[in-house]
Amino acid sequence: MYVLRMVLRNAFRHRLRTLLTIAGLTVAVLAFGLLQTVVGAWFAGAEAASNARLVTRNSISLVFPLPLSYQARIRSVEGVTEVAYSNWFGAVYKEPKNFFAQFAVSPNYLDLYPEFVVPPEQRLAWLRDRKGALVGRQLADEFGFEVGDLLPLQGTIYPGTWEFVVRGIFEGADETKVTRQMLFHWDYLNETLRKTTARRADQVGVYVVGIDSPDNAAAISQRIDAVVANSLAETLTETEQAFQLGFVAMSDQIIGAIRIVSYVVIAIILAVMANTMAMSARERTAEYATLKALGFGPGFIVALILGESLAICAIGGGLGLALTTPAAEMFKAVVGNIFPIFQVSSTTVVLQAAAALTVGVLAAIVPTLQAARVRIVDGLRAIG
Amino acid sequence: MGAPLVEIHHLSKAYRRGEQIVPVLTDITLDIARSDFTALMGPSGSGKSTLLNLIAGIDKPDGGTLKVGGIDITRLSESALADWRAAHVGFIFQFYNLMPVLTALENVELPLLLTGLSRAQRRERAALTLDMVNLSDRLEHYPNELSGGQQQRVAIARAIVSDPMLIVADEPTGDLDRQSAADVLALMQRLNRELGKTIIMVTHDANAARAARAVVHLEKGELIGEPQPQG
Repeated sequence: MYVLRMVLRNAFRHRLRTLLTIAGLTVAVLAFGLLQTVVGAWFAGAEAASNARLVTRNSISLVFPLPLSYQARIRSVEGVTEVAYSNWFGAVYKEPKNFFAQFAVSPNYLDLYPEFVVPPEQRLAWLRDRKGALVGRQLADEFGFEVGDLLPLQGTIYPGTWEFVVRGIFEGADETKVTRQMLFHWDYLNETLRKTTARRADQVGVYVVGIDSPDNAAAISQRIDAVVANSLAETLTETEQAFQLGFVAMSDQIIGAIRIVSYVVIAIILAVMANTMAMSARERTAEYATLKALGFGPGFIVALILGESLAICAIGGGLGLALTTPAAEMFKAVVGNIFPIFQVSSTTVVLQAAAALTVGVLAAIVPTLQAARVRIVDGLRAIG
Repeated sequence: MGAPLVEIHHLSKAYRRGEQIVPVLTDITLDIARSDFTALMGPSGSGKSTLLNLIAGIDKPDGGTLKVGGIDITRLSESALADWRAAHVGFIFQFYNLMPVLTALENVELPLLLTGLSRAQRRERAALTLDMVNLSDRLEHYPNELSGGQQQRVAIARAIVSDPMLIVADEPTGDLDRQSAADVLALMQRLNRELGKTIIMVTHDANAARAARAVVHLEKGELIGEPQPQG
């Protein structure tokens, strides 16, 4: 208790300096947490994706479609339990800023996505209505969609005005599931294309493949690709997670830069903190020399300096940690739909705490060594 | 008369200043008896503070032997020397060297952290010691709330709280007004006469030196004559 009291009183001897350092630490730990959360949010969709589902796309590029006829061929592959398909629709709801994902999907699509929970009567209503649409809870909440609403979209990839009726709202099985998308019947799209641009009909964007076991994913992927090898539209099959990570990889450098910035912030506050501790220790050289003269060993001096550094970092880091979640909520409100999932993970909290602890320890190293090494007679002369 | 408390034989000390070696103490031989109150006097640079530092075990000589209480402290390791200081030496500095973040009571309690006493025992003993130096009404005051004389009395209480056999004082009145200096010297005399404490005091003030029982003069790192007993 005695030493703790001494440590805390020492920490606030220069109140302004300590408060400014604490403020810096708070901001740094907060910024670190937010940047880590941004990185986490970027990967959230991919991490939530399944390893038990495969995605088969055109091997040249995702922008090239695959023939509808592949469904039966993929279904025949050993280990495949279900085959659904979807097309990216990419239409605009009222204004371009109201972006959200829309997929034209096969009727069995939801069978492969048990994480999207739709009330049975709503799913039935959707299946019965060719123009019916299912919207996710996040999307419904954002735009105020309700069952029965008319939902007009302005096509971009598929020109024209498209009208849908909201027949159901699906929930995520847990809070990590993104439900900010709309699903509608692939048949509705295909029938329209047959009438307007027949050459684009009977083609799908990707096949979603259910398999008997995630352990067999690699082998089944190879078998699927082998089935259509040497055809005009060869395929590339991978797990859904790998498929999603492929998207994230496109922005790999941005993510890398954000990660680096988050660590630079910690490095900067480490320099600030080290400077604070060095100044404090230098001013107290005579006190440390006095303690040594009284018989206290270097360990006591180390405890005082390290304790003070850790106390300041604990306060600053603690405040930063406490402010991260409210700040993340504000950040999410500001950036809107860029990150459907923007939650401060427990890993981020641990990283923040570890960063504050590391700063506390590292900042104390040099002043501790200097104070422990100083000769008593030299230290006593440090008095004015 | 028993063996002297401090036995110094052919002690020497030099400092290196760049390429140059500057002798500070040369061939010092001196005995200081138990329960003596000795003043070390001399002009600036005479080596009196260096000699005091060596006797107190906060500096190491280059040659010679230095025994305190029969122990050759020049042979002790750093940690053993620290333990020895904690048990046997009380320090009084010119600028008091109190911890500014600790109250008078806590400052006096500080050396007792190195003993096996409980918190309650430490605080009781520190309070008693502060009472001895007439500061029982200033227990919870911080150093910056005390006058120079009061701060030096707290420092004296800190020096004696662990009941050391030797008290070293480096210019203890150097930063005090005349009245405070007189009070501090009177207190040190009391410690010497009533409690039998051995005190070695460095001073360049002849008035302060008169409080001691004997005066040792140094000049250019050498002893000048024999210790001069006083009234």
